[in-house]
Amino acid sequence: MTRYSRDRVISSVLFVPAVFSSILLFVMVIVLFWKSEAILSTKPLVDLLLSSSWRPVAGNFGYLPFIMGTIWVTALAMILAIPISLLSAIYLSEYAPPRIRDTIQPVIDLLSGIPSVIFGLFGILLIIPLIKNSVAPLLGINSSGYCILAGGLVLAIMVFPILISLSFEVFQTVPREMREAALGLGATNWEAVKHVVLKKTYPGVIAVIILGFSRAFGETMAVLMVVGNVARVPSSVFDPAYPLPALIANNYGEMMSIPLYDSALMFAALLLLAIVVIFNLMAQYVLMILRKVE
Amino acid sequence: MNETEISIKNFSLYIENRQILKNISVDIPKNQITAIIGPSGCGKTTLLRSINRMVDLYTPVLAEGEIIINGKNVLDPDINLSLLRKNVGMIAQAPNPLPLSIYDNVVYGLRIHGIHERSALDTRAEQCLQSVGLWSEVHDRLKDPASQLSLGQQQRLCLARALAVEPEILLCDETTSALDPISARHIENELICLKNDYTIVFVTHILRQAKRLADYVVFLYLGELVEHGPAHEVFTNPQDPRTKAYLEGVFG
Ligand SMILES: Nc1ncnc2c1ncn2[C@@H]1O[C@H](COP(=O)(O)OP(=O)(O)O)[C@@H](O)[C@H]1O
Ligand SMILES: [Mg+2]
Repeated sequence: MTRYSRDRVISSVLFVPAVFSSILLFVMVIVLFWKSEAILSTKPLVDLLLSSSWRPVAGNFGYLPFIMGTIWVTALAMILAIPISLLSAIYLSEYAPPRIRDTIQPVIDLLSGIPSVIFGLFGILLIIPLIKNSVAPLLGINSSGYCILAGGLVLAIMVFPILISLSFEVFQTVPREMREAALGLGATNWEAVKHVVLKKTYPGVIAVIILGFSRAFGETMAVLMVVGNVARVPSSVFDPAYPLPALIANNYGEMMSIPLYDSALMFAALLLLAIVVIFNLMAQYVLMILRKVE
Repeated sequence: MNETEISIKNFSLYIENRQILKNISVDIPKNQITAIIGPSGCGKTTLLRSINRMVDLYTPVLAEGEIIINGKNVLDPDINLSLLRKNVGMIAQAPNPLPLSIYDNVVYGLRIHGIHERSALDTRAEQCLQSVGLWSEVHDRLKDPASQLSLGQQQRLCLARALAVEPEILLCDETTSALDPISARHIENELICLKNDYTIVFVTHILRQAKRLADYVVFLYLGELVEHGPAHEVFTNPQDPRTKAYLEGVFG
């Protein structure tokens, strides 16, 4: 075999796994669609999405409680995580002496590798009692502790290591010389951060935040353990919620004798997948647009 | 006798326990171009960045001795770095425009030092761009991103940006090395014009450039100050054998 023809063979061999991973996504969407067919044919899509009555035995499949539960928990987590992670990343990238940076960074990396169930246990052991015995009573609210606040806190703790490391990477793409341009004119470190680092990287930071959202949407185990799992549209952070991933994980394989139940869960999965894909596409779109503007 | 602008006294600098600069003493004359020459790695950049205290930006350093500007020791931990760097401008090796428009680059320093009045900024921007010969090339596109300029134009923009805050001293670290020969000459000529109003310290490892520019020469070798003096003396009649060898191109 000549070198040239060998190269062509290698090229096609490498092509297969690369294509396979993209095909996988399509296959998943198609299978989920096909499996959701039954539930989708019972009612118009809008009715399914906007109905808040979830009573499978009675044939009522309203997804609003789960959609709202997902949004509440995710939004709360991100509201907590974004400022903390950005400030930490700015500190690590722009202020921390090398020794402190080299100590903190491995810890953060480690944190992002911890299995989700451990964060869930941590939530049950620490956050739930804290909310039940301290936070809620302080505000005159009666809460079991299993609520959106607990889910949001646990989820925030889970996404913030990823947000920190990704935004740190983004900040590090700014060349030293560019910071020095500002510092050399007498800018303070903070001014260099504001006028150079953030100015230069905000598209990347926005993309990181959107990616953080899509991570947070899909996170299942830890949230499921602390969020209460009650299928009702929540109205305060002390209410329990039932996010989509928890719905699927808790119920798949159970009560499958109920008609349409299987299909209903498949549609929940499709919804979740759609949300995550949309957010990922948004992140890419934002990056593309902002790069062009620059 | 010339007036001294920067007085370096028994200055030593250590990075990670390694001595980079060894007991350097030299008076840098006012309103002249001082060339710091020496082979690569001899400590030119480190010495230059000590003068505006950029040397300790990323790694902790240990410094001994003094660098006196206007009666103040810049190595004093309590020195106001913002005011020091306003007075001691720096032009880097490669052009480093800020991610801003041409105009905003020039007035950046003025703004951070508290000048926001539009007419004052406009006047100063035009003056500075004029004095680096860039005004005629950019006056009709001041709002364009600075990154759209050619490298040579960018470097002149950086020079204009440094001039805008009215420093007394300009530090140049191989400021022409990223440029084509014509742009490089452009910058050299501008520096020669500017020396009436500024004290310029110019690091270079190109001897011919040092000869073209320098009024005063500082020769560093392995972190040591081997010889310094008026350019014509050092170039025509070097006292130290190491200087002689360097001028003859022995160290390349
Ligand atoms: N941040 C640093 N950490 C460790 N060593 C350094 C650092 N900066 C400079 N040095 C060392 O100091 C010496 C002088 O470097 P430099 O001032 O850049 O030389 P030049 O500009 O004359 O080429 C070199 O040996 C270099 O390796
Ligand atoms: Mg150098």
